Formats: sequence, structure tokens, C-alpha cells
Amino acid sequence: MFKKKKSLLTVLLLAMLSVLMLAACGTKDDSESGSGSGSKESKNSLEAIKEKDKIVFGVKNDTRLFGLKDPKTGNIEGFDIDIAKEITKIILGDESKAEFKEVTSKTRIPMLQKGDIDAIVATMTITEERKQEVDFSDVYFKAGQALLVKKGSPIKSIKDIKKGTKVLAVKGSTSAVNIREKAPDATVLEFENYAEAFTALKAKQGDTLTTDNAILYGMVDEDPNYQVVGDIFTDEPYGIAVKKDSPELVKAINDALKELQSNGKYDELYKKWIKTSN
Amino acid sequence: MLDFSILTENWDMYIEGFINTIYISVIGLIGSFVFGTILAVFRIAPFKPLNWIGTIYVEFFRNIPLLIIAFFLFTALPTIGIQLDGFKAGTLALIIYTSAFIAEAVRAGILSVPKGQTEAARSSGLTYIQTMNLVVLPQAIKIVIPPLGNQFINLVKNSSILTILAAGDLMYQADLISTRTFVTFDVYIFVALFYLVLTIPLSTGVNYLEKRLAKSN
Amino acid sequence: MDFTGAYTPDHLKFLFDGFLITLKIAVISIIASFVIAAIVGVIRYTKIPVVSQVFAVIVEVIRNLPLLLIIFFTFFALPEIGIEMSIEMAAIVALTIFEAAMISEIIRSGLNSIDKGQIEAGRSSGLTYVQTLWHIVLPQALRRMVPPIVSQFISLLKDTSLAVVIALPELMHNAQVINAQNVNFIIPIFILAALMYWVVNYVLSIVARRLELKTS
Repeated sequence: MFKKKKSLLTVLLLAMLSVLMLAACGTKDDSESGSGSGSKESKNSLEAIKEKDKIVFGVKNDTRLFGLKDPKTGNIEGFDIDIAKEITKIILGDESKAEFKEVTSKTRIPMLQKGDIDAIVATMTITEERKQEVDFSDVYFKAGQALLVKKGSPIKSIKDIKKGTKVLAVKGSTSAVNIREKAPDATVLEFENYAEAFTALKAKQGDTLTTDNAILYGMVDEDPNYQVVGDIFTDEPYGIAVKKDSPELVKAINDALKELQSNGKYDELYKKWIKTSN
Repeated sequence: MLDFSILTENWDMYIEGFINTIYISVIGLIGSFVFGTILAVFRIAPFKPLNWIGTIYVEFFRNIPLLIIAFFLFTALPTIGIQLDGFKAGTLALIIYTSAFIAEAVRAGILSVPKGQTEAARSSGLTYIQTMNLVVLPQAIKIVIPPLGNQFINLVKNSSILTILAAGDLMYQADLISTRTFVTFDVYIFVALFYLVLTIPLSTGVNYLEKRLAKSN
Repeated sequence: MDFTGAYTPDHLKFLFDGFLITLKIAVISIIASFVIAAIVGVIRYTKIPVVSQVFAVIVEVIRNLPLLLIIFFTFFALPEIGIEMSIEMAAIVALTIFEAAMISEIIRSGLNSIDKGQIEAGRSSGLTYVQTLWHIVLPQALRRMVPPIVSQFISLLKDTSLAVVIALPELMHNAQVINAQNVNFIIPIFILAALMYWVVNYVLSIVARRLELKTS
């Protein structure tokens, strides 16, 4: 009886201890993210970044050519990643000071607002609605919405989307909203991310997948049985998003983008990722 | 304070999801009850290979995530030529998963019927299947109802994973509303209320039955 | 189907990395939810006025909601009222809250199953109420609770897969990343991932059954 009681006590004590540890970790996390997100009014976001000497970028992990996680290395690679590295090089002097966190279209704004990341470079279209929530840099990539179909599909352009055509899209993306406007008869199915949407298209769960042509070209690059059809039917200018009211950081990023344009680095990266796929 | 205009302006979308969730849950319940009972009978049948099939099924599907079954039906089956849409794949996954639990509940119920009764029925000339249908299952069902009720509550809650297959259930509709309105907190609170409207009466009923059963013993 | 292409060393390592995250999240959530559930369960059993009723309402609400909703809520909705967490923390918090509500019910009904006469006997032999609970009720009840609690832990481990919706890099998520490369990987990768979940849960369920046999 005595022994049993003792072991019971030990289990309970251990359990409480671990909860305390957990709580301690939790508060540590909080204080870190608190200082990371720009210490209130006293310091602006650019100074905060220079102080901690790193920039944490939110990037896609499932978007070929822009941000794709390679299971072999665990690294994320793509145009967005390289742009982020070059910007970091200009602002902090060393591209290795860029850190990357995985985001989805749905998680990226919440993560920016809570200070998990300093900037979003994740195929993010500049829109008026989003400007209410975040600040955007200048356009760094001009994309437009298009359709992806399996080769031989009867769908050749947006006009071929009829009643009952299943169009696959991603939750929280502008393309899901646009397609409902441009093709109101379509059945739109929204998935959590591009990997799931493309897997669903391959599994014939839809007739076409819609999003920005740049992302679709990445999918074609991955699987040449699919093709992008029709003209683009929206303009999707990509911008780099930072926390609302950080003019200093926006300016630093814009200056860096201009420098990349003028020194030829931008064209080099564009050719490396985008041109090869066309 | 909650913004009730979110609820009123998107009422149709909520209701569509609500009805879909009920629909999925009812089909799921019927399917997994029938299938689960068959599995339970398999597990106690006087024929070893059937026992094995029943046991392997239950032990396998109870111990893997529902989500993996759902994704498998939705994305893997089409690669071998079997096409199920999100709704069918999700509902079938719910049935496959839940029937493993229901089989266990029904089996416990059957085992609670004294062996002597089975023997008496058999010796009075009934076949094994007749004995099951006429003597054992009707008695077992009483004991099985509370755990079955719990499984139904789980089924209603688990039906939310159809969201991930874009199948138009309550949770999916809420997600669409929140990405349109840029409001998350209020949208999710309202969807929680819709779920509670379904699950609270069920769990109150199960509690009541459990208490009554405990008293009668 | 392409088993040799799917089971490359890189893919296997990637899946295993995800599996470790799954286990880590599950273990932390199991410990945290058990401790919270024990406190809540005992408070509800002892029927401390007001506190007990408040907990009863909270537990009933959480128990009757889908976990997926709680995960979405924790990660997407709480920041709107100023509560912000990393992906990992959100997964742990959501799982812990949900499972703690489920387990507290097991604990409460386990305590309730102990004959009230024993409490009276304990009290009349000079023990305080707390002593009676600790020395007489709890050890007996705990033995009855262990099997259903272990079952709940199995559920928790399976439920970690839902954190795929907030892009937690756990087993399910990493399986999806590999599957996105090539449709022919889907079947072999899902079979392997299912087996990884299955092995841990099956071992746990055997432990639960052993304990059940011992105590009955």
C-alpha cells in the first residue's frame, strides 16, 4: 500500500513538474516574440531587425519555383527564397542572416501579426483588403490568374468553365474569390494549400486548378502531363508584406529591390527560376 | 461583443453546412452500425478465419488516424482507378473508422448475454444466425446503446475532417465565411454553437441512458 | 504505385523527422492534459460550489466540439483577441484543452464509481476528507481509470495528425509533402505512415489491456 502511494505521488509530481517546465517554455517564447515584433513605439521595425541581426521570412513550402521544400535536404528553395536572401544581404550585409518559416495563404497574415515572422515573401498578391492589415513593398513579380488542366482537357480557357465544372483553389487566396466572380457557375472546392489542391487535381477530384500562372508553371515543371491554358484573367502583382505601420522597413526593402533591379541580380534570379519553365 | 451580422448575413452558408454535417453523420451512423455489427459477429463467430478478419480489422483501423484513411480514399484510390469525391471519400472514411469502435461496443454487448441462452437456443433447433438475430442481439442492444451514442457524438465531431477534403460540411463553410469576411473569432464561435446544438442533446441523452442502465443493474 | 521511388533514404528520414515531431507533441500534450484533467476531475468530484459548476460547463462545451475546430480556433481566432502562439504551441494547447476535457470526465466517473460507504468509513476512522480522498478513494479509482485513460492517449496520438491544417511539420504533413511530388508515391507513403501510427498505438493498447486484466 505504502509503495503504491509513493509511486502515485511520484507520477503526479513528475507530471506537475513537466507542466511547470512547459509553462516556463511558453513564457520564454512569448518574451522572445514580443521583442522580435518591434518593441512598441520606441524602436521601429527596421531598427529591431538590425538589432537582432536577422530577418525571419514567411515563405511557401509547396510552391515550385517560388518556395518548395526539398525533402532531401529539408531546405526551401525558389525565387521568393532567393529574393529574400538578396534583400537580407543588402540590409544586413550577409544572406545567411535570412531565416525562413513555412506559411500557407491562410496562416501568413496571422503569423506576421503575431511576430512569428518579420516579412512575407510568399507569392502574395497586393490587394486593397490586405493593405488594411499589412504594409506592402513595391511589386517584385507580376503574375496573373490562369487555369491548369491535364493535357487533352476540353477546358481551353475560362469560357469553357460551365455549370458543374469543378474548379480547385486554395483557402484564403485571391484566386478563390476571383474565380467565383469570373465563372459564377463553377463549383469551387477550396483546399488548405497548393500541395493538397494539386494532389486533388491529379487524383481527378476536379477539372481544373486555378491560381496565379507563376505557381501553375511550377506545377507544370513538376508534372509535364499538365498545362496552363487560356490568357491570364486577373493581374496579381506580388509584394513583400511587413507588419502594418513599418514605413522604415518598407523603404529598406524597396531600396533593396531597386538595387537588385539595377545591378542585374533580379534578372539573373528571374531567369534562373521562371524563364526555364516556359 | 460578438458581431451577429456575421451570423445573419451568412446564415444560408451556415445552414448549408449544418445540413450537410447532419446528413454525413446520419449516413455515417447507419453505415458504421451495420458494418460494425457484422464485424462484431465475425469476431465471436465459431469460425476462426472470420475471427481473424474481425480482429485484424478492428485492431488496425482503431489505431490509425481517421485523417489518413480519408486522404487515402480521396487521393490514393484514384491512382488505381477508383474515383470518390470529397463527400463520398470522407463519409466512407468515417464509416470505416467508426465501425471498428462500434464493433468493439457491440461485441462487449453480445458477450454480456449469458452463454446458457445461446446454448438453449441452439439446442432448441435455431441456427447460429437465427440465435444471434432473435436471442442475443436484441438483448445486447440495450447494453450497447450508451456506448453507441458516444460513438455517434464522436462521428458528428469527426465529420469536421471533411473540411480538409473540401466537402462542404459545417466547418468548411465556416472556413469559407472567415476567408471572405476576414473575421475569424466570431465566425468560429458561431460554428461552435451549431456543433453544440447537435452534440449537447446527444450527450445529455447518453448520460441519461447510462444512469438509467446503471440503476437497473 | 512506386515503392522503390517512394522509399528512398531521404523520404524515409523526412517521414521519421515528422514522426518525432508527432511523438513530441503527443507526449507533451498527454502529460499536460492529464495533470489538468486530474485537477478538474477532482474539483468536480468534490463538488466545490460555483467552481465545480463552472468547470462542468466548460468541460461539456469543449467535449462536444470537434477538435479540428478547437485547433483552428486556437491558431486563427485567438490572435484576434491578442492571444498569440507559435504553430507548435497552438497544436499543444488545442490538443491539451480538448483531451483534458475528455480525460477529466473519465477521472470524475472513476472517482464516482467508488462506494460512498468507504468515504464514510475513512472519515469515521479519523482521516480528514483530503486524506480519505488521497489514501482510500484515489488509489482504487486510479486503477479503474487507467484503461480508458490510455485509450484516450491513443486518441490523442492519432489526433496530432489534425495539426496538418496549421502546417505543423508532423508525420501527416511530411507524408503530404512527399505525396505532392508524385501521385505514384501516395499509396506506399500512406501505408508506411499508417504503420508508424499503428505500431505506437498498438503497443499502447496492449499496455492498456494488460492493466485492465491486472485490475479486474
